[in-house]
Amino acid sequence: MTRMEKRIFKTTWSRYLLNTLATAALITVLMVLVDTKQINKYNQGLLIQIGFNIILAVSLNLSAGFLGQLPLGHAGFMSVGAYTAALFTKGVNLPQSVAFPLGVLVGAFVAFLFGILIGLPALRLKGDYLAIITLGFSEIIRVIIQNLDFTGGAAGLRKIPKYTTVGWTIFWVVVTLFLICTLIKSRHGRAILSIREDEIAAEASGVSTTYYKVTTFALSAAFAGVAGALYAHYMRILDPAYFDFMKSAEILVMVVLGGMGSIIGSVFAATVLTLLPEWLRDLAALPFFTTLPAWVGKVIENRMIIYALILVLVMIFKPSGLFGRYDFSLGKELDRVFRGIRRLLGLDKRSGKPSKGGEN
Amino acid sequence: MAFLSHLIYGLQLGTIYALVALGYSMVYGIIRLINFAHGDIIMVASFVVWYLIARLNVPVWLSILICVAFTSLLGVAIEKLAYKPLRHSARISLLITAIGISFFLQNAAQLIFGADPVMFENLFPGNLSLGALTVSRVSVIIICVSIVLMIALVLLVNKTRMGRAMRAVSEDESTAALMGINVNTTISFAFALGSALAAVAAILYSCAYTQISPTMGGMLGLKAFVAAVLGGIGSIPGAMLGGILIGICETLTKAYISSSFADAIVFGILIVVLIIRPSGLLGVKTKEKV
Repeated sequence: MTRMEKRIFKTTWSRYLLNTLATAALITVLMVLVDTKQINKYNQGLLIQIGFNIILAVSLNLSAGFLGQLPLGHAGFMSVGAYTAALFTKGVNLPQSVAFPLGVLVGAFVAFLFGILIGLPALRLKGDYLAIITLGFSEIIRVIIQNLDFTGGAAGLRKIPKYTTVGWTIFWVVVTLFLICTLIKSRHGRAILSIREDEIAAEASGVSTTYYKVTTFALSAAFAGVAGALYAHYMRILDPAYFDFMKSAEILVMVVLGGMGSIIGSVFAATVLTLLPEWLRDLAALPFFTTLPAWVGKVIENRMIIYALILVLVMIFKPSGLFGRYDFSLGKELDRVFRGIRRLLGLDKRSGKPSKGGEN
Repeated sequence: MAFLSHLIYGLQLGTIYALVALGYSMVYGIIRLINFAHGDIIMVASFVVWYLIARLNVPVWLSILICVAFTSLLGVAIEKLAYKPLRHSARISLLITAIGISFFLQNAAQLIFGADPVMFENLFPGNLSLGALTVSRVSVIIICVSIVLMIALVLLVNKTRMGRAMRAVSEDESTAALMGINVNTTISFAFALGSALAAVAAILYSCAYTQISPTMGGMLGLKAFVAAVLGGIGSIPGAMLGGILIGICETLTKAYISSSFADAIVFGILIVVLIIRPSGLLGVKTKEKV
């Protein structure tokens, strides 16, 4: 830092306060819109889907973007969380307000344990091999679920109570974002980032790489479990075939499109890609497209083809994703706005651009 | 006797895996990429040959030739369009691109041919009796064709100029370029060769299992990849050995343990191999330098 800058949101607590207020305002607006039926049932469903996709993408980003280890079995952890939570809420005799949060926590915890169990052997490998071994584990989880009795086997688990509401989804999204953002900003977060940058150097500097790799991987699995639990109590039916490699790759598309290592990128990409099929359907129904041969409309409506094209094109033209490693900070942005206002009013004597410190 | 016939079915499946695994292994050896799209190339080849024979009534021998040529071109086209621009970027980007291509092929096929499986007529019907043992003709053909192709491939890689160029590029790309080897042509040739083998594997597989679907490439490709890793990725004899072992393991598991757990056991093998000996049975160990 070359010179002191006038910043309002400099201290940690002021930023927490600001972010809490902003989040509370956002939640209030959404909840009022839901309660007054401004958002209809269909759009509420979309909101819930956006919610668990955000959790999935951000949690995968934790291990793919921040830890730098690409797993291809995120759907496996999601299925563990989903089945555990669903079996829990079906099994216990508790009121909904207790059973659901407990179920989500239990699902997250079991997914966490699976993360440790799988992470310990898998994280000894790197790069492609890590991707393949996690893919192998998630396929094994799927085959086992398909062949167990108490999970409903290949027919799927049915009659799960419908507990997931917009409110609960927002709650868990906020919890996930808060925990992951603060983790990344903490001392432990810097250890995680150092492993991404150079594992050998990190180890030489005294970072316990195995501990951090396994814990981060397991945390990422735990949040996938949260998303799974929300999914289970939203769909009410769990089909083991849903949690296949395709699902893992779909989550990967969100992370890659948003940018590996950018939370705001994952949130943005999860939102856009959840809404994309809706937009594509509307697009294909436009008069212009209906005059074209039928296959054009079919291509446009096919979500997976569009995903595939996005994946390849992003990799070729902007491998860092839309946001790269940029992350959004409300305090910083507001400070920038205020600085601009001060300069406009002539209150700030100093001129020149604000220095850009230590952003990566 | 039942065991022997299971073994022959295992060998039949295993040699198909081996042909596919060779494609994975060659590509990995030369540009260090797990070509996720390889399994889907097999699927495309199956649909091409099916379309030619069942819909356009092209003679079988011509269909097979067209299919092999088309698939090789497809492999080279994918390499030129999707992988070449990324050859010097992070390996993870290359892997993600390969996943994208795999998705694309799978969904494009679903769009064109529908999601339901299609019946494929066995081109080599009938049985052969070897003493007391009866084997289907297609098993014998699969095993023989695969073995001939593998021998041809070994000769090609070890005895010809192009084979030497391939080995040189996989050893050290920049030095190979300095020695006057055209790296681009060599890489494209590896893709063409791998895809051609995949096309043959696809035809043989479709004849033996008489059903093709847009998603058939996923599992087949993954298992063949497991075979390549088991044998030691980048090693040609390793891919053959791995393929045959995986095929026999899978068939015996289905016959004697449980048919639904066969996939889990194949992936279990992968995990055990990766943890105990990541370089595979016949692979070369690499040291990590700081």
